[in-house]
Amino acid sequence: MSTLEDFRRETRAWLEANCPASMRTGMPDGELVWGGRTVEFKTEDQRLWFERMRDKGWFCPDWPAEYGGGGLTPEQNAVLESELRRLRCRPPQINLGIWMLGPVILEFGSEEQKRELLPPMARGEIRWCQGFSEPNAGSDLASLKTSAVDAGDHFVVNGTKIWTSYGDKSDWMYMLVRTNPDVPKQQGISLLVVDMSSPGIEARPIDLISGKSSFCQVFFDNVKVPKRQLIGPLNGGWTLAKALLQHERRAMSKFGEFSLPTHFDLLSIAGTYLPAQAASSPADVALRQRAYAMAMDEMAYSLTAQRMGEEARARRNVSGLMSIMKLVHSEQEKDKFEVLVDVLGHRALGWEGDAFEPQELALTKAWLGSFAQTIAGGSSEVQLNVIAKRVLELPEGNSGKQGK
Amino acid sequence: MSLVYSEEQQLLADTAAEFLMAKSPVTAQRKLRDEGAAEGFDAALWREMVDMGWSAIPFPEALGGLEFGCKGLGAVFEQIGRNLSASPLLSSVVLGGAVIELAGSEAQQAAWMAALIGGDKRVALAVDETPRHDPAAVALRATRAGDGYVLTGTKAFVADGLGADAFIVAARTGGQPGEQGGISLFIVAADAAGVQVSPMKTLDSRNHATLVLNEVRVGAAARLGAEGEGFAALDAALDRGRVCLAAELLGATQSLFDTTIEYLKTRVQFDVPIGSFQALQHRAAWCYAHLQLARSTVMAGLAAMDDPTLDAATRARMASLAKWKAGDAAHRISREAVQLHGGMGVTDELDVGLYLKRIRVAQASLGDGDFHVQRYGDLSTAEA
Repeated sequence: MSTLEDFRRETRAWLEANCPASMRTGMPDGELVWGGRTVEFKTEDQRLWFERMRDKGWFCPDWPAEYGGGGLTPEQNAVLESELRRLRCRPPQINLGIWMLGPVILEFGSEEQKRELLPPMARGEIRWCQGFSEPNAGSDLASLKTSAVDAGDHFVVNGTKIWTSYGDKSDWMYMLVRTNPDVPKQQGISLLVVDMSSPGIEARPIDLISGKSSFCQVFFDNVKVPKRQLIGPLNGGWTLAKALLQHERRAMSKFGEFSLPTHFDLLSIAGTYLPAQAASSPADVALRQRAYAMAMDEMAYSLTAQRMGEEARARRNVSGLMSIMKLVHSEQEKDKFEVLVDVLGHRALGWEGDAFEPQELALTKAWLGSFAQTIAGGSSEVQLNVIAKRVLELPEGNSGKQGK
Repeated sequence: MSLVYSEEQQLLADTAAEFLMAKSPVTAQRKLRDEGAAEGFDAALWREMVDMGWSAIPFPEALGGLEFGCKGLGAVFEQIGRNLSASPLLSSVVLGGAVIELAGSEAQQAAWMAALIGGDKRVALAVDETPRHDPAAVALRATRAGDGYVLTGTKAFVADGLGADAFIVAARTGGQPGEQGGISLFIVAADAAGVQVSPMKTLDSRNHATLVLNEVRVGAAARLGAEGEGFAALDAALDRGRVCLAAELLGATQSLFDTTIEYLKTRVQFDVPIGSFQALQHRAAWCYAHLQLARSTVMAGLAAMDDPTLDAATRARMASLAKWKAGDAAHRISREAVQLHGGMGVTDELDVGLYLKRIRVAQASLGDGDFHVQRYGDLSTAEA
């Protein structure tokens, strides 16, 4: 048996030999690789990195090898993560199944489900989408209405899901359905996995204020779902959903870490668009100060992400820090784009055409897109509830049901 | 650059916490205030801090220090903030000591370092003249006279100025107020002819003074470093002070935050604890988030001071970030603490007001938020 230090040495050597240099930079927009039946690569290096990590079992390094994982201990996995971060390796793919559903199947699924669902997931062969939100439910997830009715060897699913990211491009969905309408709402929910090519499923992309989007509404019209695709106990889905959302928060903060540095750089944009110090009007001076302060808050956030990693490695409890990351990042992004729109002035008001630079148009869309960030993935208000309840342990409220 | 305390630094923090809780809780600060203690701190307590080695933490072994870095010092200052403990650790040791370490000749270091570390003498740094901190704005003049200088002018808001044995005075030997060039540093004995020190009674009940220099004669040996080139050492020393003060602000804010959360859990109105109201929960959760951001910047600021591989501009930027964010979080949270305590929050009986007052003074000291935002931005864009 090798020691942890041997493992670190071997891992570092393997990553240095196998992670192409072009996969060790920040992640530019649109360069994400999504796993699935029709995985696409923009570059040969993306394909190499994907295949090498897949064959090593390191899409999900800490899953048992029998289900296609890397079989690493938690300690080894922590070493791998720190080495990946040290080399600034990009994630080889984005896969909701691995990040969110997989751990839930490992904990709650039957042996048969683990053998059937996990190995293809671990090879990045299935692109997953998440069917949680419904029209009119908002943050009150448990009020979902999509029904699954027992029909012997299968369920019949009817209803609709909304805000499903890449619902039109995914192979399978994990979804919450109502299997008992006659009990308190959290107690009648089950978790199903569904093949998106099943008859009766239609996914329609949703246009947003920022233009075309990856969000879809997905409609279910008498869709047959075999009973073996029920994960966990019948009507016991709420517990699984809560576990899954915890994995989502972790994944989203990881996601933020990777996508952060390549977005619009406040200080350099302020430098480009605002007149030189000497020629500044008082209004320019005030605006420049706002941009600086915003850049400082952004720095405070990325230092906090760094501190979270260090505290975790020092085996300190980081659940408090983890709970603020989504809230802070999404609120800061929104504030940042407001400042940027002010800095660009008229140049930030374009929609399309040659009168505006591509970066200016992209910024306008990003500003409009930023409004979704404090709503999607648990609204800021839900995040604040979570911090108040779980971290500060403030007493349960009488101000209505709290969010997820 | 690590953003967590090492085991030794944590041990130091724990020892400091234990010591201060026993010897210098907030009640001790309240007592100093009520008694109108002129120097704003308890000399016997300061002696004990010195005996524990705190005054030796940041300095190289060659100068009699423990070489334990700013991070070690930050661990202590965080506890000082939690307890609102007053002492000349910042003014005399961190700021005064840093100027002498960075700009002093061997003779000047021999004359002062052991005395500062041993707590036998103390110095106060006299920089500001205008209502807001701005070290480049120095106007106080030092004119050559024979083989020495004559200093004339006024310094305001000199921390721990009353009772100091000497002042480190930033004076202009060239250039114009606003320019970094032309600033020279002098060490001026408090009992020199023409030196006049008078109290500025500040709302945190600490020792702040006005210093008037009326044709004060000093010899050439009183000058620290080269003539007209004092700014770099002065600013580097101020940065050490800024991150330590940021750590103190963080500690004070953490303490105030903890007290407030406890109050939300126990204070009952409308038959329920007020902490069950969502409107208050959300405000408390935001306070928590800002406190965490502030902690990250303070840890990064302290670590930057200890990192010899960083250039001066990066260190300065990290110090400004820490001072700005710690001040920002302290400001938000102290205001919320008063509001969330309701009517009790504005009574003198509760300690909340003592924290609010100390935080306001610490926020303005060594550069307020606006100062540090401008400085951070200037340093960042100059680099780009």
